[in-house]
Amino acid sequence: MKHLKIAVSAIALSAAAMPASSEEITIGVISILEGAFAALGQDGIRGVEMAVADAGGSVAGNEINLVVVSSDASPDSAVAAARRLIEQDGAKIIVGPLSGSEGLALRDLSRSYPDVTIINGSSGAQDTTLRDPSPNFYRFGGDGAQWMAGVGTYAHDTLGYEKVAVVAEDYSFPYTQVLGFMSEFCAAGGTVPEKFWTPIGNADYSSVVYSIPQDVDAIFVALGGSDAVSFLTQYQQAGFSTPIIGGSITIDQTVLSSDASFRDMLIGAPAGTPTVSDYDSPEWVAFAAAYAEAYPDGLGAPSIFAHHYYMGAQAAMLGLEAVGGDLSDGGAAFRAVLDDLEFIQPTGGTMRLDENRNGIVDNFVIEVVELDDGSLGTRAIQVVKDVNQTLGQDLETFLAAGPVSRDNPSCP
Amino acid sequence: MKYLLILIPMALLPLVLNDFWLSQVLTRALIMGTIALSLSFLATYLGVVSFAQVTLAGVAGYAIAYFGPNTVGVGVPLPLIVTIPLALILAMAAGAMMGYIARRSRGIYAIMITLAIGVAFFYFTRQNYVLFNGFTGFSGVIAPALGEGNWGDPKPLYFLSLIVAAICVGLVQGFVRSPLGLAVQAVRDAPGRLLALGIPTTLPIVAAFAFSGLIAGSGGILNVWFQERVSSFSVGFGPIIDILIISVIGGLRHPTGAFVGAIVYVVLDIFAIDLIDRDRFNLLIGIVLLLIIVAAPNGLTQLITDGAKKLRGGAAKSRTT
Repeated sequence: MKHLKIAVSAIALSAAAMPASSEEITIGVISILEGAFAALGQDGIRGVEMAVADAGGSVAGNEINLVVVSSDASPDSAVAAARRLIEQDGAKIIVGPLSGSEGLALRDLSRSYPDVTIINGSSGAQDTTLRDPSPNFYRFGGDGAQWMAGVGTYAHDTLGYEKVAVVAEDYSFPYTQVLGFMSEFCAAGGTVPEKFWTPIGNADYSSVVYSIPQDVDAIFVALGGSDAVSFLTQYQQAGFSTPIIGGSITIDQTVLSSDASFRDMLIGAPAGTPTVSDYDSPEWVAFAAAYAEAYPDGLGAPSIFAHHYYMGAQAAMLGLEAVGGDLSDGGAAFRAVLDDLEFIQPTGGTMRLDENRNGIVDNFVIEVVELDDGSLGTRAIQVVKDVNQTLGQDLETFLAAGPVSRDNPSCP
Repeated sequence: MKYLLILIPMALLPLVLNDFWLSQVLTRALIMGTIALSLSFLATYLGVVSFAQVTLAGVAGYAIAYFGPNTVGVGVPLPLIVTIPLALILAMAAGAMMGYIARRSRGIYAIMITLAIGVAFFYFTRQNYVLFNGFTGFSGVIAPALGEGNWGDPKPLYFLSLIVAAICVGLVQGFVRSPLGLAVQAVRDAPGRLLALGIPTTLPIVAAFAFSGLIAGSGGILNVWFQERVSSFSVGFGPIIDILIISVIGGLRHPTGAFVGAIVYVVLDIFAIDLIDRDRFNLLIGIVLLLIIVAAPNGLTQLITDGAKKLRGGAAKSRTT
């Protein structure tokens, strides 16, 4: 009995002593590893692992210990995951989450943990950093509106579209994408007579398909995954052939690879994205090669998620390097470094933050092309440099326009 | 008396546990257990499995968010003394309405009707911006102030959840012994005989659903203070299934089963990802739940009481010989 007691207390002591070790820095990672987004979330983790591997797995002699926790796209699950990482695993730095509403939830949560630094993964809701930002929430990347930069102008000036209808899912991320498209398109003189908001996971688009005005020049489709496939299939089968403009997650390799009848309709369709799979800048070629080497079973090229989680983790590594791995001051010095951090991002541009700790990014206008083997791919046709969160507008004017919603912006 | 043996150690747990175990494991389990209790109650005493208990909890949660402080600028702030009873009354009214709709159905038909109500409510909250603020829902729903902090802090919320859970268990046990509770059980056992005696079955059914709404609503209020938010995700298909799983693995026979199920489920949900490759953690959760159901068809509580009986029997025998 006595031996047992000694053994138990020894174990308890050693368990209590472990987190105190200065040799290890715990970084929590929140990504979606279940459900429809699992493949994308997995790619985000790959990005984090690549950034840690680039730093040699340690910073200033301190081992980096990655603790990965899954959320399920719901804000509740993201908050539970973050609390677990902070309170149980002792993480002072968190990289994540993946999806828009999760980002808003963690922004709110970060106020309760001022010593913890949360670096966004790939969530793209606008208000995460624009309105009421939190001092310890960082986004080394753009929001959904920045990801559409260049497309509105291209559609109006180059393709000559004057009237465009919008079909998008009914939540914060597509609202932000629609804002990104419309702010340029409307400024250039185009009009959007009608917007159709559909629930996520909708299967029947027939009512939308037949309500789209006949006289529009194109349709801006901001639907993701299976929603995009369902809508495009039904639209094509109804006999329409109006050109398509795609959102950042609409023109996605999974949609392009689907063996559906709408594929011919997509050839030539423009879209906006921060990540182009076959971009030919030397930085991106090197990044894609490193990805392919580290993950032979990974996707064909790093996705938007690998790219953004990589940038978040890279920022954490560079920040830790600068403070010598010392977070003992509640991370204040670490965050001061992050505020002014600049680094070359995988697509070649320089990543830096605005005063709300949101990235100023380079964005791409891409176009769907038919490859030599008959399959569909994308090609970068334009790079828009230095896109900030207000899309080049004055901050006051931009904020005065109000938060994005079904009816904002509007230019019928 | 035997409840004190459970309650007193649980009341002492904050002395030894850190905030994570207290709030993320125990408080969450108590809250989910309270909501699951409302399902166990219906299943055991009315013989109806309802898939919409999360909906009733959601009604109360949304009421707290809409009529209380939030950061999304939707709703009408009312004083707390009005908000809490209002939330409970709305949850009871929603429960009563559901009971009225489902009053003639049993078994799989009752499941279908309540599931339809739950899913319809989910899509409604997602589309409606005036009352439910759509997809985003409500955030910044802070619990009432308490000293320097508020009731949502780990220790106060733990005690509050513990007390609410204890009251709910007590309420269920009292209700089933009351004349109305006996009528509810009579509806379960022999609705035909009841009608033949001239007792209408609608009232007991509606009352049982309203009572389950009261319990689920209490859990829903605690949940919104715990999460500090409520959105369509809180009333979706995922939580509906979670509550069902908790009730089944805990065992429907006894009210405390819901809490045993909840603690097992929460621990599994949080730590499975550490035990197995992160691509496969849901497989582990599934296998464990399956094993529990195979090994203990009447739930974990039954397994525990059977085990205790066997031990006691064994001890008694050894003493006599």
